[in-house]
Amino acid sequence: MSKKKTERRDFLFTATAAVGAVGVGATVWPMIDQMNPDASVKALASTEVDVSSMNPGKTITVLWRGKPVFIRRRTPEEIDEARAVKLGDLKHPEKDEDRAKNPEWLVMLGVCTHLGCVPLDQKGDYNGWFCPCHGSHYDISGRIRKGPAPTNMEIPKYEFVNANTIKIG
Amino acid sequence: MSDHEYTPKSNFGKWFNDRLPLLTLANHLTDYPTPKNLNYWWTFGGILTFCLVTQIVTGLVLAMHYIAHADMAFDSVEHIMRDVNYGWLIRYIHANGASMFFLAVYIHIFRSLFYGSYKAPREIIWIIGIIIYLLMMAAAFMGYVLPWGQMSFWGATVITNLFSAIPLVGEGIVTWLWGGYSVDNPTLTRFFTLHYLIPFLILGLVVLHIWALHVPGNNNPIGIDVKKPSKDTVPFHPYIVIKDAFALLMFMIVFAFFVFYTPNILGHADNYIEANPLVTPAHIVPEWYLLPFYAILRSVPDKLMGVIAMLSAIFILAALPWLDTSKIRSAVFRPLYRQFYWILVADVLILGYVGAMPAEGLYLLIARVATAYYFLHFLVILPILGFKERTLPIPLSITEPVLGGSSNLAAARDDIRLDKLK
Repeated sequence: MSKKKTERRDFLFTATAAVGAVGVGATVWPMIDQMNPDASVKALASTEVDVSSMNPGKTITVLWRGKPVFIRRRTPEEIDEARAVKLGDLKHPEKDEDRAKNPEWLVMLGVCTHLGCVPLDQKGDYNGWFCPCHGSHYDISGRIRKGPAPTNMEIPKYEFVNANTIKIG
Repeated sequence: MSDHEYTPKSNFGKWFNDRLPLLTLANHLTDYPTPKNLNYWWTFGGILTFCLVTQIVTGLVLAMHYIAHADMAFDSVEHIMRDVNYGWLIRYIHANGASMFFLAVYIHIFRSLFYGSYKAPREIIWIIGIIIYLLMMAAAFMGYVLPWGQMSFWGATVITNLFSAIPLVGEGIVTWLWGGYSVDNPTLTRFFTLHYLIPFLILGLVVLHIWALHVPGNNNPIGIDVKKPSKDTVPFHPYIVIKDAFALLMFMIVFAFFVFYTPNILGHADNYIEANPLVTPAHIVPEWYLLPFYAILRSVPDKLMGVIAMLSAIFILAALPWLDTSKIRSAVFRPLYRQFYWILVADVLILGYVGAMPAEGLYLLIARVATAYYFLHFLVILPILGFKERTLPIPLSITEPVLGGSSNLAAARDDIRLDKLK
């Protein structure tokens, strides 16, 4: 490149382009951000669920932020089964203890981590959930064991408000 | 072309044309010199234009009755089907029209692959065509979401989730696309807006597609350059116009058959069940025209790699003019390419078939082999074939093979016959 003498006009060009770029960015951003979740969608951030009528071995599905959440009251055998799995056998190693703080209750997003379908309860090769869309098998802790899904089903933020009520979100 | 010499006959025509040369454009379009050996595979450009106009007109009418709201969309579509005068007809034309559009575009694309229409100097026409094809897929996908049935909802969920495979920003992009934490009302309203917009983008690109075509002129079944205008060409009007019109009529018979006799055969019964975010249908399948790509997506066991493979399968087409190293355009003179061409056609049909089947066992194995072959065709076979293949001698003009008198071609034919006898 040949050396060109910097002129006063070059400064003007650079300054105009810089201010122009900021202006364009500031104008475009609201157009992009309007597509993000709005205030009314964010306001529905938490759901409370009454689980007093649930017996061991039962799963219910509740809607939280438009997504299904599985709440399963696990039987003692299921808990033993979930805790006996060696971490080495898992595609996405997570201890059952970390997924279900209270071992009797498994609360997780009922959304397959592959492409977002809802897995079927008590199906598949691992006695847990099976996604009919592309064949992912999950165990009784919701961990991916076989199929295209990359990770375990997600555990949302939740807490027991009292002995009978779970608050999700 | 006689564009420059054209002057309108009437005084008003002259006055108008000096200010806006629309009459010059009309004259260019009617006189446009076209190779006289174009066969019926060349009529699909006109058929596709008809499809686009049909979709825009019927879509415009449907939008007068449709309500883009998660609580009302499904009912409003049923309202169109039952209450609106001729609503059933207009919706069935629109829904089947999408399938007819893709049927025609696939024939158009494979025509181009057979006769080498994507090669120099027509690369830009080809690339604009690929962009149109991508936009068609986007429009079709979003349109399928609008009735808000089970397949609409779960199809939208699966396809938008493809973006979640992108590392780091994937989840953020999906939330942004949804306008929430799942496919819901904000998703539906924006899909409706984009579904309305895209056909007009396609219309604009079609103008560019035809403009780019009119610079070098049409390719032809022999694939040689044609001097224009010359005795090898005929004016577009009336010769090609009447041929296109006849082909269009034949096409409309097929179209009408679907609309009036089996309007739902190309759809899924699940889409007559209203969207339910708690239950996924047992077997999610996209519309038939997306099945080959769906099969490629599912044949890769890794999520990110699956998405990359599926997108590459489409974008690889844009690089085709440079992947195919052969200087000979038409497969008529490429004996080996002709065979690989038909294997590719079979490969894509097989991918389409396994895409509709559950992704397990033998189907999965077939899908993997067919996916591998698809990429092998474009990335290995085509580049090598251009150097290795012994092509047949090409005629000097379009007229030559018809009227004979070509010692060149006759000799070549004899050679082949002798080769076969040996």
